[in-house]
Amino acid sequence: MAGAVSNFPVAPVARARRATTESSVVKVILIGIVLVFFGLFLALPLFVIFQQAFSAGVSAYFAAFEDSATQHAIYLTLLVAAIAVPLNTIFGLAAAWAITRFHFRGKSLLTSLIDLPLWVSPVIGGLIYVLLYGRQGWLGPWLMDNDIQIIFAVPGMVLATTFVTFPFVARGLIPLMQAQGHAEEEAASTLGANGWQIFLRITLPKIKWGLLYGVILCNARAMGEFGAVSVVSGHIRGQTNTMPLQIEILYNEYQFAPAFAVASLLSILALLTLVLKSLVEWQAEKQLREGANATTSHP
Amino acid sequence: MARRKHVLPGFGLTMGYTWIYLGIIVLLPFAGLILKTSTAGWSEFWRTITEPRVVASYKVSFGISAMAAAINSVFGVMAAWVLTRYRFPGRKLLDAMTDLPFALPTAVAGIALTTLYAPNEWFGKLLTPLGIKVAFTDLGILIALTFIGLPFVVRTVQPVILQLSTDVEEAAACLGANRFQTFRRVILPSLFPSILTGATLAFGRAVGEYGSVIFIAGNLPFKTEITPLLIVTKLEQYDYAGAAALGFVMLAASFGIVLVSNGLQAWDARRRGIA
Repeated sequence: MAGAVSNFPVAPVARARRATTESSVVKVILIGIVLVFFGLFLALPLFVIFQQAFSAGVSAYFAAFEDSATQHAIYLTLLVAAIAVPLNTIFGLAAAWAITRFHFRGKSLLTSLIDLPLWVSPVIGGLIYVLLYGRQGWLGPWLMDNDIQIIFAVPGMVLATTFVTFPFVARGLIPLMQAQGHAEEEAASTLGANGWQIFLRITLPKIKWGLLYGVILCNARAMGEFGAVSVVSGHIRGQTNTMPLQIEILYNEYQFAPAFAVASLLSILALLTLVLKSLVEWQAEKQLREGANATTSHP
Repeated sequence: MARRKHVLPGFGLTMGYTWIYLGIIVLLPFAGLILKTSTAGWSEFWRTITEPRVVASYKVSFGISAMAAAINSVFGVMAAWVLTRYRFPGRKLLDAMTDLPFALPTAVAGIALTTLYAPNEWFGKLLTPLGIKVAFTDLGILIALTFIGLPFVVRTVQPVILQLSTDVEEAAACLGANRFQTFRRVILPSLFPSILTGATLAFGRAVGEYGSVIFIAGNLPFKTEITPLLIVTKLEQYDYAGAAALGFVMLAASFGIVLVSNGLQAWDARRRGIA
């Protein structure tokens, strides 16, 4: 079984037995502490977003979205995610196929490099592109001569977003595909199926939930990214602001209700992400259980 | 494993694509950062990364991140325990909510937490008469970083509790240990590596965090200024070399944290016999 740290369900839920549990007083206290902690740190911030968004009334809430700069920010957020997420999905599939289906040297180096963007500060995710494509960057003079603008423009924001969401799909797939093995793919191959047939008919149905899981997380991060995008955007109102950047501008101008109105949209997206994620985890567990019932061999 | 012919197709295609894409998005830009740092010269680099204001920012970033990781270790273990061992209404909801800090954009979290703890609002109103200021102080940063790191310990400890064999707990009980002794002597030692791993991950995430912190921090130089913000400030002043130098320090710190967490995970896997 894959030993990697991942919340993706790989084993069925175990049930605790009576001899090994705490007294009900301890239970109630522990549950109470966790409820208070989660309430303070998770529920209350979430509540405050919607409370503030509607603090000036329902009509003011919807009026916030009539602002053209806000509308453009929503459009740009969707555009950036629509480019970055498919790019990272294709990459994730390719990387997971190479890593889990073949033996080669430097595999652990490759996996570590893929994880790298998760570890560094999002600010660095913006900084590296400014150093490369900015006016004083390595490629800056050449880009200027050819009239190509990347930094303080949409291409830079797409790059920065792609960087911070880089590992999500690959990380969702690698432990799953490792655990599943590739006996069925090899069987298909000996029966004469070509690469695409194997991928579409055998692999894709097996990994669909893991793939969806990675795509959902990738998308949530892509639409919500702030630090990396902030560094490369230049904050040109109505041109290079995504929703998180628009929130910052509105908030700093003391336009709290509109700022929280935009924030509420992103919060709904976050809640939707959590619901989808739970559903996908549940489906994957079901698939795993059915698989375990169908084949009596080891998992 | 012995060298053998690949049965499955697509090795060249997927491997080539993986490295090219990795090169464009990650490796080439990182090479640019390292090159930029090296062109400035050693003494200039050293001067930049040891400026008093910069050193003060390390203390804020690393110190408060460590505190947040410690808080999350305690509450994270409790949450993981409650979520895996107990059955109560709302457990599934609580479990799903745990990942909110992953899903909620950092800027959104930042303005929400600031609103909760600003002097005239919510908790701020309650705490100000007591002489406790949260927003625009160290305490505010601590709250933001605790929020950001919350899921890590829970999610690394949870699977370990699930796989914990209750036989040992029964044996401990049979030998006369009370529940607390069993927890302290039997359960906690087997959870320990995963707690450390989770705390390291939370620390790593907190050190680099930007969006949720800048709203609540107040961003006073020498007091509540985090290192990522200094990088942004230097970039805004077109001090590319300075920004690159600080970026390099942060990158090196991240590498160290990754190495530690990988080591911890390997240790944990060995101890649990799944390596």
